[in-house]
Amino acid sequence: MAIIDNSIGKANIDVFAETLESIAKFDKNIIAVTSDSRGSGKLTLFGQQFPKQIIEVGIAEQNLVGVAAGLASTGKKVFAVSPACFLTARALEQIKNDVAYSDNPVKLIGISAGVSYGALGSTHHSLHDFAVLRAIHNLIIVAPADAFETEQAIRQATALNRPIYLRFGKKNMPILSQNLSNTFEFGKSRVIREGNDLTLIGTGETVYPAYQAAEKLAKEQGIQAKVVSMHTIKPLDYELLKQLGSEGKPIITIEEHSIYGGLGEACASFLMQNHFHNSLKIMGIPDEYTVTGSQIEIFKHYQLSENGIAKEALKLRYAGIRIK
Amino acid sequence: MLTSELKDKSKLYRKKILQYIYQAKAGHTGGSLSCIDILNVLYNDTMNVDPNHFKSPDRDRYIQSKGHSVEALYVVLADKGFFPESDLNTLCQYQSHYIGHPTRKVHGVEQNTGALGHGLPLSVGTAISAKLDDKTFRVFTVLGDGELPEGSNWEAFLTASHYKLDNLCAILDYNKLQITGTTAEVCNTEPIADKLKSFGWAVREVDGNDVEQLKNLLNSLPFEKGKPNFIIAHTVKGKGVRFMENQVKWHHGVPSESQFQIAMAELSN
Repeated sequence: MAIIDNSIGKANIDVFAETLESIAKFDKNIIAVTSDSRGSGKLTLFGQQFPKQIIEVGIAEQNLVGVAAGLASTGKKVFAVSPACFLTARALEQIKNDVAYSDNPVKLIGISAGVSYGALGSTHHSLHDFAVLRAIHNLIIVAPADAFETEQAIRQATALNRPIYLRFGKKNMPILSQNLSNTFEFGKSRVIREGNDLTLIGTGETVYPAYQAAEKLAKEQGIQAKVVSMHTIKPLDYELLKQLGSEGKPIITIEEHSIYGGLGEACASFLMQNHFHNSLKIMGIPDEYTVTGSQIEIFKHYQLSENGIAKEALKLRYAGIRIK
Repeated sequence: MLTSELKDKSKLYRKKILQYIYQAKAGHTGGSLSCIDILNVLYNDTMNVDPNHFKSPDRDRYIQSKGHSVEALYVVLADKGFFPESDLNTLCQYQSHYIGHPTRKVHGVEQNTGALGHGLPLSVGTAISAKLDDKTFRVFTVLGDGELPEGSNWEAFLTASHYKLDNLCAILDYNKLQITGTTAEVCNTEPIADKLKSFGWAVREVDGNDVEQLKNLLNSLPFEKGKPNFIIAHTVKGKGVRFMENQVKWHHGVPSESQFQIAMAELSN
């Protein structure tokens, strides 16, 4: 059975900053580029420790990405850090051309992603980033679930000479099981909890509620759900999907993103085009004016919660789909 | 390079630009002819860049922000020996790397450009890197006057002066025409010199089709210590072919056979 250590709750963004500090200490080529975002990017201390390794461009995201690409072209290991909502919308053309198309290996760090900004509203939400970035060639897309995945992702992104987008929330996340999967590799999902009745696939901050839902289903219904952290949205873990497809059990995907163009549709596309017919439900933020509330309230409102996800699993059963 | 040699090069380059655009039946004729003297002087006189050591970390960088004038860049790179000139016979052909905007698949090209307002931020990042490492390489970019309204340029103008990038030189190919009409009619960016000065740049003006003036000015860089350099190069769109000069329709006009013959004869004089 999986073990979740609730005692080590830490926000992924904090882990990002701590990891970057520990790498920058030994590598002066690590450069953070910020757009008045060092506070929310938790890089204040980084800036104090390494004043020559932080470039501030002010609130100018297009310039942030262009400058980062120029720096990266000279061999610097560049982290362009800005709220995901602005980074992936306002600077989308710079991501497409200056980073991906020109193959400048910038590490794009989308902070306060998804609905992390809660009641600040839709201007500050990024529910489009997976969708738009998936359609851009030469870009790895990653949403780590916990401190383990975050640290590994940052260390591996630093060593990797490729354009990459990493998305972080700011809520404390428990360390998810390392008993079942203690390795991390881009493009290779991690099984957080084993189960043979159905599979819950989360990414980033939805992996934990998926795990909670699985525990609830086991306890209350005797249903055993496999829980997967699909931390890499592109390239997707086709191996795992093939295996799930062959097993034929229902799949529920859960993402802090529009139900259009993200994790769920990526999985559905692969499964259908490879002739698998699993019953599949895509949970995410529906195509509507997003409800006002904190991140937790928004998650609950759209059923991206322990209860909501468990209820969805039961709905599949009531719909006559064989779970058990 | 001697001014007389530079003049000969400009003549040769203009003919080659027309030849390849005529052959490909595609290209940005007017802008390539307006900025070719700038590229000529940069590659043959000003910059430390060499096809055999193109990956040298100490090379000067050239990033063409007005990517659509790629034919000017291609003929200069071919002449410098970055690739065989015969490659240009594939310009804009199926599966060719020699497409209508610069890409790094072509030896000698620093960045993939074409969408406007991208060259300057890329150049600023590159120049910051030199400053961080106390390197002496310089970064040059040629901007089109039509792309000046792009907001990203103005963001980058701020960053360049904030970081005192006197190793950066932006050259405005100021031919005063864009696809819709004159730049003054489309979106008046004047007074450009005053704007750039107020943004903290050292500004100089030059006849951008006069290789001697360009050579002397570029050899006097940096203009002021601690300030990024901005050159307003007054040019003529379609320069060198009388019927193309100052004509909006030659922005991406392709000459007919008879027009091509007239143009080549004029450039041979």
